Amino acid sequence: MSAFSWHLGQRVRAIPPSAIRRFFDLLETMPDAISLGIGEPDFVTPWHVRDRGIYSLEKGFTKYTPNAGLSELRGEISAYMRRHYDMAYDPKGEIVVTVGGSEAIDLAMRAVLEPGDEVLIPQPSFVCYGPIATLAGATPVFLETLAENRFRLTAEQLRAAITPKTRLLVLPYPCNPTGGIMERADLEAVADVLRDTDIAVISDEIYAELTYGEAHVSLAQLPGMEERTVVVGGLSKSHAMTGWRMGYACGPREVIAQMIKIHQFAIMSAPTTSQYAAIEALRHGDRDIAAMREEYDERRRFVVDALGRMGLPCFEPQGAFYVFPDIRSTGLTSEDFCEGLLRAQRVAVIPGSAFGASGEGFVRCCYAASMKQLTEAMERLKRFLEGTIQLTIDN
Amino acid sequence: MLELLRLLEKDCTLTRGQMAAMLGRSEAEVSDAIADFEARGVILRYKAVVDWEKTDVEMVTALIDVKVTPQRGEGFDRVAERIYQYDEVESLYLMSGGYDLSVLITGRTMKEVALFVAEKLAPLESVTGTATHFLLKKYKDGGVVFAPVTPQEERILMV
Repeated sequence: MSAFSWHLGQRVRAIPPSAIRRFFDLLETMPDAISLGIGEPDFVTPWHVRDRGIYSLEKGFTKYTPNAGLSELRGEISAYMRRHYDMAYDPKGEIVVTVGGSEAIDLAMRAVLEPGDEVLIPQPSFVCYGPIATLAGATPVFLETLAENRFRLTAEQLRAAITPKTRLLVLPYPCNPTGGIMERADLEAVADVLRDTDIAVISDEIYAELTYGEAHVSLAQLPGMEERTVVVGGLSKSHAMTGWRMGYACGPREVIAQMIKIHQFAIMSAPTTSQYAAIEALRHGDRDIAAMREEYDERRRFVVDALGRMGLPCFEPQGAFYVFPDIRSTGLTSEDFCEGLLRAQRVAVIPGSAFGASGEGFVRCCYAASMKQLTEAMERLKRFLEGTIQLTIDN
Repeated sequence: MLELLRLLEKDCTLTRGQMAAMLGRSEAEVSDAIADFEARGVILRYKAVVDWEKTDVEMVTALIDVKVTPQRGEGFDRVAERIYQYDEVESLYLMSGGYDLSVLITGRTMKEVALFVAEKLAPLESVTGTATHFLLKKYKDGGVVFAPVTPQEERILMV
């Protein structure tokens, strides 16, 4: 067999391999570990939603749907956006149903970006924005948000980062991994900066239903912002439907039309069964959302309280289902902390550094786990901390 | 503090400290509320949900429809009281529809259950008829599914 040497694209090679791969490999060897690592609901999709998916199969709805998604589903998304956020999107032309929120982010970036463009990405944040921007030929520019600002993006930070090349701002709130949110006043300050520019926005609102206290506000709700914003949403987190891969984007007609073009060639249409289930989830699922949010809130309070008792400073997360405690007092890097915790006490949490430079010194714990697991994990974490403090004294 | 009742109903092994943290209350508030619920009989007992099928213990459960003649001035209460005093009776409900009382009883064997019906339940003077249904399999009880847990494939994901 003659040797074949692949010529691999520069853009994909430019994406660094996951820094925490080694950590996950280690986790894989420990079946007894408690994992607070994976960011997904521990609830099963509500039965009435699953049942609707099954029924669609019984009826033989197994073909492609229209590229943009079933019109009935787009209608439900439109109704949902109006009911929950008082935003008006036309099911015909302003909404596309995607394979999870991630695809919507990919579509929006590819529709907007050109080589040389800069994309502003607040960090710590979900890991996909930078690589997707890179694949689209653009340059990610990371804005490091800080614990003292409750990991919110400030207007000053934004203003300082804007260059003539800035094309796009990503707003990842409520935020994975920090649990930070942007309140209306914060968004207004951001909007004031954006108004004088031609910068577009991708507002990733996949965790919009999971805020505790303040209801979620979208940038697109502010005057003059809707026309420059693509809102990304989905049912993964709100309706515990991660495996169904149901996301969507809502935005101005001109950008959604280009996004549908990419979607139709790359994906064709989102999974049909999932779309039927999503119709049911949006139409009759508001009570499920509220019930799950209430449970997350209980666990959130429990974990924040437990961390506080251990003396780990932790900004109180107001959204998503993560806590992001500050572990700098241990003297360990976040990677060493996580590896040490996993080896010594068999608890997996994710190094904050995986989510951007300003995540260093923090770790992400997902509290979408049972109370039993959380209680045990907090006990073990406490033992680990006592151990490391002892080590520090010994040294 | 109705949310406290919901927590306890789901898992009464939570400590007061845990419940206080989860509800954003103080431990003293939780303790006071529990004491009050107990005193008023809102909380009657704390117990575990056991799947006896997974043990060696042999057990038979039957649901018995009972028709009774209500008594003047007492309605169904008097005969109900006479039935629920038996330790074998696990649950007793007054029903609408084709019969009056629904009695859930457990025994070690079918014969034991049948004898209970024949010797204790049926002879009560206001009982005019019974129909015994043996429970063959418990799928869900008290909100808990009695099914083997199917483990999910290990997933290493960056989300």
